Amino acid sequence: MLAYVLKRTGAAIATLVAASIVIFIFIHLIPGDPIYVMLGDEATPEQVEALRIRLGYDQPIYVQYFYWAGNVLRGDLGTSIFFQEPVTLIIRDGAETSLLLATVTMVWIVALGVPVGVLAAIRQGTWIDQGLSGIAMLLASIPTFWVGLYLILIFAANLGWLPSSGYPSIFEEGGLSNLRYLLLPSLTLAAPNAALILRLTRASMLDVAKEDYVRTARSKGIRPYRVVLRHILRNALLAVVSAFGFTFAALISEAVVTETVFALPGIGRMVVQSILRRDYPVIQGVILVIVCLYLVINLLVDISYRYLDPRVDLE
Amino acid sequence: MLKVRNLVVAAGSPSAELDIVSDVSFEIKRGEVLGLVGESGSGKSITSLAVMGLLPHPHIWVRSGAIELDGADITEEPPHLRVERGHGGVSMIFQEPMTSLNPVLRIGEQIEEAVRVHDGSTGETARIRARELLEMVRIPDARLQLNAYPHELSGGMRQRVMIAIALACRPQVLIADEPTTALDVTVQMQVLSLIRELCDAFDMGVLFITHDLGVVSELADRVAVMYGGKLAETGPVADLFRNPLHPYTGGLMGCVPDPGAGHRRFRTIPGQAPKPGEVPQGCKFAPRCDHVQPVCRSGAIPAVAAGPAHAAYCHHPLSRELT
Amino acid sequence: MTTKLRSFLSVFAARPVALLGLVYLVTIVTVALGADVIAPYAPEAIEPINRLSPPSWGHLFGTDHFGRDTFSRVLHGSRLALLIGVGVVSFALATGVPIGIVSALFPRLGRVLMRMVDVMMAFPSLLLALGLIVILGQSVANAILAIGVIYLTTTARITYGVTLRLREETYVEAARSMGASTVWMIRRHILPNMISPLLVQASFVFAFAQLGAASLDFLGLGAPPEIPSWGNMLAESRIYITRAPWLLFYPGLMIVLTAFSLNLVGDVLRDRLDPRFREMLSNRQRR
Ligand SMILES: Nc1ncnc2c1ncn2[C@@H]1O[C@H](COP(=O)(O)OP(=O)(O)O)[C@@H](O)[C@H]1O
Ligand code: SF4
Ligand SMILES: [Mg+2]
Repeated sequence: MLAYVLKRTGAAIATLVAASIVIFIFIHLIPGDPIYVMLGDEATPEQVEALRIRLGYDQPIYVQYFYWAGNVLRGDLGTSIFFQEPVTLIIRDGAETSLLLATVTMVWIVALGVPVGVLAAIRQGTWIDQGLSGIAMLLASIPTFWVGLYLILIFAANLGWLPSSGYPSIFEEGGLSNLRYLLLPSLTLAAPNAALILRLTRASMLDVAKEDYVRTARSKGIRPYRVVLRHILRNALLAVVSAFGFTFAALISEAVVTETVFALPGIGRMVVQSILRRDYPVIQGVILVIVCLYLVINLLVDISYRYLDPRVDLE
Repeated sequence: MLKVRNLVVAAGSPSAELDIVSDVSFEIKRGEVLGLVGESGSGKSITSLAVMGLLPHPHIWVRSGAIELDGADITEEPPHLRVERGHGGVSMIFQEPMTSLNPVLRIGEQIEEAVRVHDGSTGETARIRARELLEMVRIPDARLQLNAYPHELSGGMRQRVMIAIALACRPQVLIADEPTTALDVTVQMQVLSLIRELCDAFDMGVLFITHDLGVVSELADRVAVMYGGKLAETGPVADLFRNPLHPYTGGLMGCVPDPGAGHRRFRTIPGQAPKPGEVPQGCKFAPRCDHVQPVCRSGAIPAVAAGPAHAAYCHHPLSRELT
Repeated sequence: MTTKLRSFLSVFAARPVALLGLVYLVTIVTVALGADVIAPYAPEAIEPINRLSPPSWGHLFGTDHFGRDTFSRVLHGSRLALLIGVGVVSFALATGVPIGIVSALFPRLGRVLMRMVDVMMAFPSLLLALGLIVILGQSVANAILAIGVIYLTTTARITYGVTLRLREETYVEAARSMGASTVWMIRRHILPNMISPLLVQASFVFAFAQLGAASLDFLGLGAPPEIPSWGNMLAESRIYITRAPWLLFYPGLMIVLTAFSLNLVGDVLRDRLDPRFREMLSNRQRR
């Protein structure tokens, strides 16, 4: 087990290093001198030169990379040009919103996608199944922001039941009731992904139902619902669990849009705004953190998969 | 006692249905082994799944006929309804030990599940019973193996576990569908003698399915030979081997290695088993039969008897010793 | 060819909803080609007195904040939608397929290439696209490129998987041992068997390219704002959603119908696919 975890962690770290190089080169490919972007038009040549040396931009590019990577390892992701604040602080400020949004969304995805997928599989071929599968494909074909705008139009603008934008921290006034600000965004974000999990659950339930061991389970005389839950679903979920890493990747991209639609103070909106403002240190730092998170999640998914499936040798 | 009467199983859809088993009847008493023999595709598995109430709905269903256990009609009752109504007396082990156990559940859990349903016991009692069952099927280190996963066991061990699960259902009749086909020869012999012993020990009827007449001659008390979804011949094992009536039975016996002959003699039946839908009119065996006559190719085939329990469906049976 | 076409259409006859999807796609292509003739107004024609007017006989889908006819703009928007779709699919196939085939046939190089694909997949796709646009500048061509890169990765992976399967197959092995050249093998065995899986992949990529382009437009980094793309129309209408909800409805509906139809068609084609490849191709690729 330990050997496996170490091996997978090593691979993840290698990917992270490769990704950090890509990010670094990416930022340096951007046309225009970042120093001018930082200082604006009015800077004197002396100021430009001073900043260039302070940031190490006079060094060869690989030296700059190691300089940056060294800082990252020490927990210093640089300073935002726009906010004049450490990037780590900016990420910390957005983390609560984004992590809560992701968590609530994952709850929706599992709570809606899996049971409805089971229902579609049990009723295979009936109009219930066809209807649910059709809805799932429709949901996967809708732009995230369109769903969000419609939810705002209906539940915030017309009915006035829920707030349309923003999110005050749950640690501030309002406490946990502030979570209602995340209700519409999380549903927006969950819709297409729950649809994918639904289709996946249905497909793998139908695959497993054909297995010989399901027939054995039936032959014992146990009740049909127990056959479904204990024998079919249990095995079908293996495929669903292994798709979670993938789902998370899809989630990040759509979270960027969702946070923008609902004006949530999260990391996703922050990175889009930073891209629009050409605030390179923030872009660089945030993307690195997101990639890191993605790799960690994939690692956890792989490891938990190996716990769930006894056939996989942990050595 | 298990009685199967005029069983007809259809496949396809109600608008385009096809009989894959037709007019099959047999009985199994307690303590008796009935060998069901036939080439691959002759409908043995479908027959046994029908008896188990496990036909894969809605593609395959019992079109007519009846299955009775101690007088109760259990036709098309799925196993869980049989348990509920007190008809849970038939259990089954399958052909593929490698895929018939749930890969993510421990052996113990899979046996206890059956114990709980059929004994109503729970917890420690069920666990003890599961261990006893593993000991009955002669799995060494039963207590340890309860915690094993299927993939940690060999094919023979898995088939023993399958037998233990079947015994947990306290069957009057055990159906074994080619249980040793996938196993090594030595293991095959061990599993066969285990089944025979359990049959005697529990006074249990056994429907033993195989394509190997040699196995049947060792194990069975009576034999039913199937061809193309129909019964060709039934009878006590000694009578049938001494005096086969149906040319197909004769052909099958030609396929049995003859220990008396100096060399091993295999004579296979030329031609191929019919596929459902392309079966000829009249006798299904006609295209491959050495004794075929024009009369064989149309109409119903008469039953001929050579004793109180020995009968075949043929116009021109091999033996003249008819009664 | 006609028999092929007939068997293609017969698949759809069994799934009426998918047939509707196919009919919609044919319609939208016609509309895109004939937009100048069909549209009652020029897409940029301004009617200041008719600003934000609701749907009426004069303006079927209403007008926007400049008084431009939404119906005409929606019709013209189909052009960009198709252009983006065709562009992204072409780019993804032109880059992903060679990478996949080469990786499968030359394992040493393949390991490196597939590792690079893995690294690219670790980046959130939309951020990757946004980043590329920041570097390359905002234009339709760059939007196509940016979205194309996302599907380069999935296409390369699928091609890789399919080629490996095909290569394993004995007849390919036999062909190779008889001294056939790699180029011959690719032309004779791999490409012909690759067409069906790639057609399925192309439908899904076409569908999701619509969503990706719409997201870019919405964030203000897609097609330049003067182009009447469906995504741009939605982005502009955002502040008027309570006053002029029709501005939100029609362009969005077009995106949904287009993506949905393509997904339906892809799904039908996928069901027809050789089971060996069906697993690899899923429309779970929304990224
Ligand atoms: N799911 C099915 N649908 C249609 N026909 C089937 C199905 N399963 C089996 N059959 C047909 O039923 C016949 C009997 O099959 P089976 O009982 O498995 O034969 P055996 O066990 O004697 O080898 C075969 O000819 C097969 O073609
Ligand atoms: S009925 Fe005729 S064809 Fe059929 S087995 Fe008997 S002799 Fe042969
Ligand atoms: Mg069989």
